[in-house]
Amino acid sequence: MSVVLADAPVLNVDAIRRDFPILDLVVNGKPLVYLDNAASSQMPQAVIERLVHYQQHEHANIHRAVHYLSETATREFEGAREKVRRFLNAKEAREIIFTRGTTEAINLVMHGYGRAHLAAGDEIILSSLEHHSNIVPWQMLAIEKGVVLRVIPMNDEGELLQEAFRKCFNANTRLLALTHVSNALGTVNPVQAMIDHAHSLGVPVLIDGAQAAPHKAVDVQALDCDFYAFSGHKLCGPTGIGVLYGKADWLEAMQPYQGGGDMILSVTFEKTDYNVIPYKFEAGTPAIAAAIGLGAAIDYLQSIGLEAIEAYEHELLAYATERMKAMDGIRIIGQAKEKSAVLSFEVSGVHPHDVGTILNDEGIAIRTGHHCAQPVMQRFHVPATARASFAFYNTRDEVDRLMEGIAKVREIFA
Amino acid sequence: MNDSRMLYQEVILDHNRKPRNYGRLEGANRHAEGHNPLCGDHVRLSLNVAGDRIESLAFEGEGCAICKASASMMTGAVKGKTVHEAEELVSEFRGMATGNLDPEGEHHLGRLKVFAGVADLPSRVKCAILPWHTLHAALNAEESVSTEESVSTEEE
Repeated sequence: MSVVLADAPVLNVDAIRRDFPILDLVVNGKPLVYLDNAASSQMPQAVIERLVHYQQHEHANIHRAVHYLSETATREFEGAREKVRRFLNAKEAREIIFTRGTTEAINLVMHGYGRAHLAAGDEIILSSLEHHSNIVPWQMLAIEKGVVLRVIPMNDEGELLQEAFRKCFNANTRLLALTHVSNALGTVNPVQAMIDHAHSLGVPVLIDGAQAAPHKAVDVQALDCDFYAFSGHKLCGPTGIGVLYGKADWLEAMQPYQGGGDMILSVTFEKTDYNVIPYKFEAGTPAIAAAIGLGAAIDYLQSIGLEAIEAYEHELLAYATERMKAMDGIRIIGQAKEKSAVLSFEVSGVHPHDVGTILNDEGIAIRTGHHCAQPVMQRFHVPATARASFAFYNTRDEVDRLMEGIAKVREIFA
Repeated sequence: MNDSRMLYQEVILDHNRKPRNYGRLEGANRHAEGHNPLCGDHVRLSLNVAGDRIESLAFEGEGCAICKASASMMTGAVKGKTVHEAEELVSEFRGMATGNLDPEGEHHLGRLKVFAGVADLPSRVKCAILPWHTLHAALNAEESVSTEESVSTEEE
């Protein structure tokens, strides 16, 4: 009996592209090809309009006053929190903390859990694929507390070595801090199995979801991770807003990250009683408009469907990979079996910054550099790479433009 | 309209392919290293300065075509010059790369004018200037320079 695979859900990409006004831009006389989505994605008109509507009709400070606008803003802000809860399938909205982004979310866990609960000799496991934002906070803790960091190595394809991973654990292990998808290489880590393993040894897990949440459906209850962090601006929302999901039991046990207004129940000069979660972790006036914009971005992505987005991007990556492999003098860095739509590459004999400048002249935006993942660069013995990262609004035509641009790089440097 | 050929002229590509004065100078009496942590460009300079004259110099390192060609052409331009003349070139080159010196005006840059195009590319200015910063450091007996100030988390 033969198995018939269902066709991948087809996206109407022409219609989708019309939702993004910036994609009509002409750069250096050529239509923009935006392939830097792993750094930041673009914003659809619906989200732009939601931000404008908020500022024109709904803005006041939240959780403060009894007047109409404050109540409206509070309702919309808390409504956005509920949208995030559904997006991640968290059990309760109070498990969703708004932060400035993934970086602040990880720093919050470092302060609230790490500084409050870890001591000299305790160990934290990281992976060699981490972004600096999931390395540096833990290094700061290591210096302050004498905590030991262990790093899971990877193979030449950019996949974490699972046997070595299991050997990182011992009686002192207190946390696994792991990226869901590598920003530099696109590797999708087998987070479910890794979380399960850590939990079997009683170790909590923080997942950096900055590169995963925009591209695949995430279910924090199914994953059973203890913390999950992501950023708004990588999933078609505004900058300055991100999310930390944490299991309520952990959040209750953690110390506040910052002190100030909104995170208290009562204050005297002798003593302060902290507010309940999530407010305990949201000191000061938050990015209200940005949070509401993030809610609108989630609505937009869900109207297309994360499964459809993942399938479409997977197909686009396969096409781009195939075309790039057919070119001479190009090395793809990171060829994991499970990959998100990221292509890191080297053009033989040409520094990535020269590649980036020449592609920019062709209207093509890619990222060149170390991608805030210098340990990954060191692992592959390169100072930097060129990286094309795709979103659901990119097309095969744009992949072709990229390949023509790379051919021009090769021609100039021949 | 911008064209890559404006910046990547043959002279730059040639110096990138075949850098002049590449290597380490035996018996050098001045050294400096320059580093751009944002892109990994790295330049090491060794000079022999006799009296107030740069007798010879060499560079080695890793970097993009702009950085390598700039270093290569710099070594040719300052060899045999006095320290004062070299510093004047450093200042003029920096001025041109940052758009503060008219390449068509009066200066001593000569063929180094091919780098005028980086002034339109803010992200590439540092690539072109790094070797010149490093030269300035070497002439002022500083051992290393960075395009960014940095503090290390590594414990001493």
